[in-house]
Amino acid sequence: MRVRIKFAKTETMRFTSHLDLHRTLERTFRRTQLPMQYSKGFNPRPRINLAAALPLGCTSQAELVDVWLTEEIQVKTLKSRLIQFQPPGIEFQDIEVIPTDAAKLQRSIQSAEYTVESDNIDAGLQKDVDRILSTKHIERERRGKVYDLRPLIHAIEITQATTGEKLIKMRLSAMEGATGRPDEVLNELGVPLSNARIERTLLILSEAN
Amino acid sequence: MMNSTVIQGKLARILPNVQKPGRYTGGELNQTTKNWGEIKTRVALAFPDIYDLGMSNLGIAILYDLINKRADALAERVYAPWTDMEIALREAAIPLYTLESKRPLSDFDIIGFSLPYETLYTNTLNMLDLGGIPLFGSERTEKDPLIIAGGHATYNAEPMHAFIDAFVIGEGEDVITEIIEVHQRWKKNGGSRKVLLEDLSKLWGVYVPSLYEAHYNTDGTFAHMNKLAPQAPLPIIKRIVPKLPPATTDMIVPFIDTVHNRIPIEIMRGCTRGCRFCHAGMVTRPVRERSVDEVLEAIETALKKTGFEEVGLLSLSSSDYSHVLELVNAVSERFSDRHLAISLPSLRIETFSVELMDALKDARRGGFTLAPEAATERMREIINKPVSTEQLLITAREIYQREWTTIKLYFMIGHPSETLEDVQAIADLCKAVLAEGHKAIGKRAKVHAGVSTFVPKPHTPFQWVPCDTKEQILAKQALLKRELRGPGLKLNWNKPESTLLEAWLSRGDRRMSEVIYSAWRNGAKFDAWDDQFSYEAWMAAFDEVGLNHAFYTHRQRPLDEVFPWEHLDATLRKKFLTEDYLWSLRGQTRIDCREQCFACGILPTFKELRRENPGDVWQCPEVKKRSVHVKKTPDVVPLEGMP
Repeated sequence: MRVRIKFAKTETMRFTSHLDLHRTLERTFRRTQLPMQYSKGFNPRPRINLAAALPLGCTSQAELVDVWLTEEIQVKTLKSRLIQFQPPGIEFQDIEVIPTDAAKLQRSIQSAEYTVESDNIDAGLQKDVDRILSTKHIERERRGKVYDLRPLIHAIEITQATTGEKLIKMRLSAMEGATGRPDEVLNELGVPLSNARIERTLLILSEAN
Repeated sequence: MMNSTVIQGKLARILPNVQKPGRYTGGELNQTTKNWGEIKTRVALAFPDIYDLGMSNLGIAILYDLINKRADALAERVYAPWTDMEIALREAAIPLYTLESKRPLSDFDIIGFSLPYETLYTNTLNMLDLGGIPLFGSERTEKDPLIIAGGHATYNAEPMHAFIDAFVIGEGEDVITEIIEVHQRWKKNGGSRKVLLEDLSKLWGVYVPSLYEAHYNTDGTFAHMNKLAPQAPLPIIKRIVPKLPPATTDMIVPFIDTVHNRIPIEIMRGCTRGCRFCHAGMVTRPVRERSVDEVLEAIETALKKTGFEEVGLLSLSSSDYSHVLELVNAVSERFSDRHLAISLPSLRIETFSVELMDALKDARRGGFTLAPEAATERMREIINKPVSTEQLLITAREIYQREWTTIKLYFMIGHPSETLEDVQAIADLCKAVLAEGHKAIGKRAKVHAGVSTFVPKPHTPFQWVPCDTKEQILAKQALLKRELRGPGLKLNWNKPESTLLEAWLSRGDRRMSEVIYSAWRNGAKFDAWDDQFSYEAWMAAFDEVGLNHAFYTHRQRPLDEVFPWEHLDATLRKKFLTEDYLWSLRGQTRIDCREQCFACGILPTFKELRRENPGDVWQCPEVKKRSVHVKKTPDVVPLEGMP
């Protein structure tokens, strides 16, 4: 049985890396004592598959993980068991049973949406957004590699939260090998990272899935 | 005054810019938070190195659990910030805070430092400084926290005497409760800091250095300790728990990767082998074991609460745990379907150890570790770790035949009377072991030699001997580096300067505290890290204070020398240690003390406790009546030319 679990990664785990999140989830599943499928080999680990790495420092309302079980279990039971054992920083939300032969999660992800809170969203920022959206190429360097950020940006807009606070929303490519980072976009917009709060709000999968 | 809200606000800005910010956030699974205002005694447990290392410290995990189980007390954690975080904290004027409540250290009633080894001393000073607490005990007032420390290094507390208000000599499980209660009474009744310290000194195992005064001879050697308060005990007898309390099972599960990221279960405390270089083996007596059932239950509970994928069954010598085979079989059977990796470190050099590891179904077959410590039989007799080279080779053969590809061999250079031939023998032995591997599994076989340098430790039979000089160490290491190269061979060694640091710190007297202070002012910190340790900062400190480090590290001490740590009584009689030292000079070994009691001093000191805890709980002989039955040891006549 294969299930796709949606969960939030909240403030407490903001600084837990992708690899460490993976381990934290493995341990969570081990605590539930659910009949997990384990990997073969010398170091058997629960078979789980995370969607897309979240940059360190970001929170998320919309992480996805695929999990394989050796027995059929009611989704309701599964959910209550997961919630019972979830660690601080992880909130399990929805569970969906999916075909065992469905495409790999990483392959299905197309794009991701982010919301940014910051003290530095002023009237002038719209101009920077327009500038970015109207250019064809934005050459940037990350970890010594030059790449083009522009095609990875699908949308940016400045909106208002219900509280009246201004927010930046963006949709970035999240395909394997073509992932846009929200911190890189903020940097291009001139918004300092030190007081920006970035949250992933949605992972968009391809139609085929 | 900075409160936790302000600290959190400032942290949010600096954390994204430091390495591994997950070290500084807390909030992990099984962390305990309490309502600060309702708690009488707030304790910060401090490990003076980074989170990644400190999270594996079993002592802190035990005390954290014990203190938080009390309704009237709380324990929180604090670790040393790495250098980048220290800069960020100082720039933002954020005081060092605990992970749980983000309160500054100065808000706490008690700060307890874990000092398992000496190279943490400058970090201890740095943490106090970052926490806004006066470094010197003499400068603290009633408003400052009480600073206590424990751990193996504090069996010689003197180098740190100026900075720590009270040391726990020995085991902390019972005494921590008493310390909290004394503190609560003092807080309620009021009174000066001195009143608190005097009350603490009455507790078994607590050493309050400010109640004593050190005297020295004209040649600079230590003369004696004077009491400054009539009721202060002299000597200060180490604290032990008569029976090991239930194992801690609700350990915190870190969000980020740490060293030994696993469930640690102590199966046994103490060791009966009596290796003469081994500080832990000497100070952790008597040997006390947990039952197989207790260990199994502890693993079960810990697995449910943590989900860890590995458990470490810990002791100083696992092979000597009375029911080791039963334990190993029971663990592998009970947890076989839980995908649990089990590590059983510290095995003896015998084929039985290979069978044990096999029974654990350790499928990984990574490295198998053996610690012969010396490579010639002469040398192993001197250090009292008698194992024949033949037995080692047979064991190695067995290991390779059972599909382990790598054998890690741990040695020490610098043992008393060691020659270059003994060092050459280390290289020869490694090659002989590798040859066994080649026979068994061909070119895949590997030998990793870890060669550290011996530091003569207080309270051991080798406390009289000098530590090798830098030149001696370099010559021996050069030989090893020359000999141990080629396919399948790997050598690790320690920097000689780091060894010397450990030597003068572990053998120092009260005057060493000035050197530590000076070194810290010269920028010394993270001395345990090769890339951070500054030998120059320490040399400058010795110059500033006017002491000579060679006096502490390289001097052969005469048999009648009074040691500056003697008033801290590890309950090993000096007669026993002296005799054992003299035996070593003749290459005479002692057998496992479960077979014959050598009257080290444990039983005479703790005969009441032993009587109250009969049977297998202790491995010492039973005490039935009002007298101790021990076999008389042969009289020892000192050899000619003895120091």
